Amino acid sequence: MKSFPSLFIILLVTVCGIQRSFSQTDLLSLLGEEEVTQYTSATFKTTRIINSQSIENAAKGVLDVKIQHRFSSIDRGVSEFFGLDGATIRIGADYGLTNRIMIGLGRSTVDKAVDGFAKIKILRQSSGKKNMPVSLSWFSSIELKTSKFADQTRPNYFSSRMYYVNQLLIARKFSDGLSIQIMPTLVHRNLVKTSSEKNDVYSLGIGFRQKLTKRTSINVEYFYTLPNQLADGFENPLSVGFDIETGGHVFQLHFTNATQMIYKGFIGESTDSWSKGQIHFGFNLSRVFTLVKPTMPEQ
Amino acid sequence: MKNLIRMSGKTLLIVFAFVLIITKGNGQKYFSKNAMIRFHSDSPMEKIEGVNSTSTTVIDAATGKLEFAALNNAFVFEKALMQEHFNENYMESSKFPKTVFKGVINDVSNVKFAVPGTYKVTVTGDMIMHGVTKSITIPAELVVDAKGLHANAKFIVKCSDYKIEIPAVVKDNISNDVEITVKVDYNVLSQ
Repeated sequence: MKSFPSLFIILLVTVCGIQRSFSQTDLLSLLGEEEVTQYTSATFKTTRIINSQSIENAAKGVLDVKIQHRFSSIDRGVSEFFGLDGATIRIGADYGLTNRIMIGLGRSTVDKAVDGFAKIKILRQSSGKKNMPVSLSWFSSIELKTSKFADQTRPNYFSSRMYYVNQLLIARKFSDGLSIQIMPTLVHRNLVKTSSEKNDVYSLGIGFRQKLTKRTSINVEYFYTLPNQLADGFENPLSVGFDIETGGHVFQLHFTNATQMIYKGFIGESTDSWSKGQIHFGFNLSRVFTLVKPTMPEQ
Repeated sequence: MKNLIRMSGKTLLIVFAFVLIITKGNGQKYFSKNAMIRFHSDSPMEKIEGVNSTSTTVIDAATGKLEFAALNNAFVFEKALMQEHFNENYMESSKFPKTVFKGVINDVSNVKFAVPGTYKVTVTGDMIMHGVTKSITIPAELVVDAKGLHANAKFIVKCSDYKIEIPAVVKDNISNDVEITVKVDYNVLSQ
């Protein structure tokens, strides 16, 4: 007589217990956890660190207009308003053909140079399903002097106006704030002034980005050029800057000893020196325009 | 005594089977891995709209419990920069990759999951977004038709409720009120 209710209760409690425990588990866990690949984004604020390219590309269909200024050196004193009386500029634009391929064009005051380039993302830093510790891009550009040849009496060839740049960008975003980029760079110059200057210049660049707030950061960029490739009197370019992002604009304000904003210039032709106080104030201004809208998921 | 035990044994079997049947009948669950969540914010300066079409959701018809999960960086915007800012500056997706809602359909007994029709319901639960958990109640609609179960909802969330800061310089461009639209076509979850 006793066994019936007791057994019944035990069973019922067990069944209910099983049911309860089922309904208490996370409903979404029933779907099974699908691991996804999380790609790192915004390693740098814009496509330049300061003078050099950053790992960032303009997204597909986005035009990024760049206006870059470098003033004269601060040590010129108050009569030249600490260099602000003189300026060299580069006006250019970057465009994202795809999310991995960006092309760009620019024109600089110095040497009336025109430059065209392509930057291609090869690897993207990611975690999750696919794990990749660094991002890797290949940058290649042709820079062309269009100013008159200095010596009109000797035979001058069009090819003498050309410079070629090849660069690998290896970057890692270590945390939300800190990104570091290493840049082995080769600048080839078809014509150099003296035999003590090499046609091929190998240089290793390093760039840092540390965010101060969500929308501001400190950037540092330095290129170490191996000895005996440049003549005496040329300096390695060191630049220290501050990025401010406001919606569609990025303002990059910086101090640098380089006055040119293309590779043949800042790597191979910088003569000013930080230690002599030949520091230039400058800025890059970036404004993006979405020319082709991304396809939205169907609604 | 023996008889009784045998009797009770039979009864038990019947009761046990009955409980199992009930559990199975009521325990139907529905899911989707392609739930659409649309984020829309209008301001005089700028319209901001993002769509996530890979959210996951499960509804338990027996208990009325339902859950949603959306990866923040799966929202697609009409400007790449908006998407970057959404993740970097507002949602802080590297710190808080997912937005989750866990709730219960308040009047689930009124919903006949096997009978075609449109059922107005309210859902109460916790929205877990940007590291903040907030209890909310939202109106929703469950639709049962020949194709199965569908759900629609539209509601407003306030950025300030989830500690999502909008800096003063862009106050005119970005509204504190964000309209969320949810649209799901559910599948039956076979267990």
